[in-house]
Amino acid sequence: MEKYLPNIFFALILIAGIGYFTMNVRKLIRNIKLGKDIDRNDRKPERFKNMAKIALGQYKMVRRPLSGILHIIVYVGFILINIELLEIVIDGLFGTHRVFQPVLGDAIYGFLIGNFEVLAALVLVAVIIFWLRRNVEKVKRFWNKEMTGWPKKDGNIILYFEMVLMSLFLIMNATDIHFQEAGVGNVISQFIAPWFDGYSAETIHAIEKTAWWLHIVGILIFLNYLYFSKHLHILLAFPNTYFANLNPKGQFTNLEAVTKEVKMMMDPDADPYAMPEEGAEDEVPEKFGASDVTDLNWVQLMNAYTCTECGRCTSSCPANLTGKELSPRAIMMKTRDRLEEVGKNIDANGGEFKDDGKQLLNDYISPEELWACTSCNACVQECPIGIDPLSIIMDMRRYLVMEESAAPQELNMMMTNIENNGAPWQYSQQDRLNWKDEN
Amino acid sequence: MNVPTMAEMMAQGKQPEVLFWVGAAGSYDDRAKKITRAFVKILQMANVDFAVLGTEESSTGDAAKRAGNEFLFQMQAMTNIEVLNAYEVKTIVTCDPHSFNTFKNEYPGLGGKYEVYHHTQFISKLITDNRLTIDDVNLKGKRLTYHDPCYLGRANDVYETPRELIRRLGVKMTEMKRHKSTALCCGAGGAQMFKEPEKGDKDINVLRTEDALETNPQIIATGCPYCNTMMTDGVKFKEKEAQIEVKDIAELIAEANNL
Repeated sequence: MEKYLPNIFFALILIAGIGYFTMNVRKLIRNIKLGKDIDRNDRKPERFKNMAKIALGQYKMVRRPLSGILHIIVYVGFILINIELLEIVIDGLFGTHRVFQPVLGDAIYGFLIGNFEVLAALVLVAVIIFWLRRNVEKVKRFWNKEMTGWPKKDGNIILYFEMVLMSLFLIMNATDIHFQEAGVGNVISQFIAPWFDGYSAETIHAIEKTAWWLHIVGILIFLNYLYFSKHLHILLAFPNTYFANLNPKGQFTNLEAVTKEVKMMMDPDADPYAMPEEGAEDEVPEKFGASDVTDLNWVQLMNAYTCTECGRCTSSCPANLTGKELSPRAIMMKTRDRLEEVGKNIDANGGEFKDDGKQLLNDYISPEELWACTSCNACVQECPIGIDPLSIIMDMRRYLVMEESAAPQELNMMMTNIENNGAPWQYSQQDRLNWKDEN
Repeated sequence: MNVPTMAEMMAQGKQPEVLFWVGAAGSYDDRAKKITRAFVKILQMANVDFAVLGTEESSTGDAAKRAGNEFLFQMQAMTNIEVLNAYEVKTIVTCDPHSFNTFKNEYPGLGGKYEVYHHTQFISKLITDNRLTIDDVNLKGKRLTYHDPCYLGRANDVYETPRELIRRLGVKMTEMKRHKSTALCCGAGGAQMFKEPEKGDKDINVLRTEDALETNPQIIATGCPYCNTMMTDGVKFKEKEAQIEVKDIAELIAEANNL
């Protein structure tokens, strides 16, 4: 029995790790579904192509070449090295050691592990450069005002995780005496192995076992860290690019509820004194625009969870570049924070949201931020994984104007002019053609 | 200038090839009216059978929509669609990328389906159809940089057409560091044109003008009346108006062709 203790222990932490993660994924999906419905199931081939190109193919990452290429190294390393995870799980559950080595044969196994080792070393280098860019070079977009406290720490914790995991993987291989003696696939670890030359065989074995366990436990902790971190993008980038807007970026939605009302207003046959239809008086009139996360659609909420706070949007935002309050990244972060708060409220109140007197507007996002936007689409263009901060800004402006009549005074004047004389300025419509006789 | 209206055309039983949507800036703003007139001269030179709505033209509602007033936008849109459909308009050309965008992308969902051209696209088509040529003598060798309007560029991915026209002018074009899909907004979009900017440390049009000044231009070209205003103000702010002109592509073509 005692012999199987490690196997049982391994199975238990595996179940705990995956179980807790599954629980949080369900919470994540529940929260995203708090958003309004929007049909993004059309044009499937185009959607798959987008996902393949932007998420799988990292097509937009290289718009900024240095961080783009470094990111691709980490991304490819992450995906490929995780193939090794399969072997680790089998070894852990059944007490085997490098179970694939005899199955695949030395040549293939050595080739695979050798590649993993090279990737691990490259990832380590890339991640160290990332850390230097954040903390030493202090690239401006990592030091905006929203990047203090947890978001700043989060960024670094992820990098430490990756550094430790990659190091453990290499140390685990370096201290595997049989693996080193066989000499297949120890492309990088052969240079680390001599560090342990002075130790006894038992000590080296103990280091190997420790590295092996820390590596797998570290991976499970990292997996469970995702839900609490900006790092969720490694999963959500895929659905996020699949369900992204495919229309021209300049095309804003035409609110259907408004269309109905405008059509009724313009219908010469409509009876203004008509009784509402049976049952219609019980219907809650639809709210125009968004003042809280539940007024946004589920794609916008998924966007918020997907954002990895890289700040490419904010660093190209004309308002932010000129010192205004608005930061498209902060719009996404605040949306996620509020959504998390609403989710926790639901959890605490037995599945029902209990009014907490707060909302996304004012409590998180100020009108000053919203009114600073030029709707130029630079943020949407720059996002490497198809997040659309502009749509949230627009939906919230709609709420401010149509529900609260809270537009800036000059915009109210502009709109009054459009209503009265069909132009944003106070000129008579009769003068529309004056230009043809002027010089 | 002889500019027929749709009403006059209809009275004569004629249907023009294209409706020129002048837009609010093009109709009322003194600077933008020059762009309007330049474009009309080009249309006339190419013998394009066009008409305008004149006093029947109204706001597209675009500025109201970007400001968040979907009601006002849809009221304007549906009223305009009634007028346009009554005249059986099939093709629209406009010098304003904001009108272009809303006609092309947002009117169809409300029942207004037209073939829509930005004026640079229309001029390009005139050249392709051998109805217009651009003379490359008058502006030869002038240093020029082109500012991408957001609602033409990122919003609708029109980057090359305006540049192809510029190349025909014989000028020496230098791109700004931020150009095409990375171009910086002039600061007028999203209804900012009609309000004071929020508190900050700089105005967006000044920042964009600085982008342009780095290329040491004699001409800053653009394809939007609002960008034109913003860049003109930026050049004045930098006290460079003696050395640098801000011009619409239509004006440059008119100048090149001695119109």
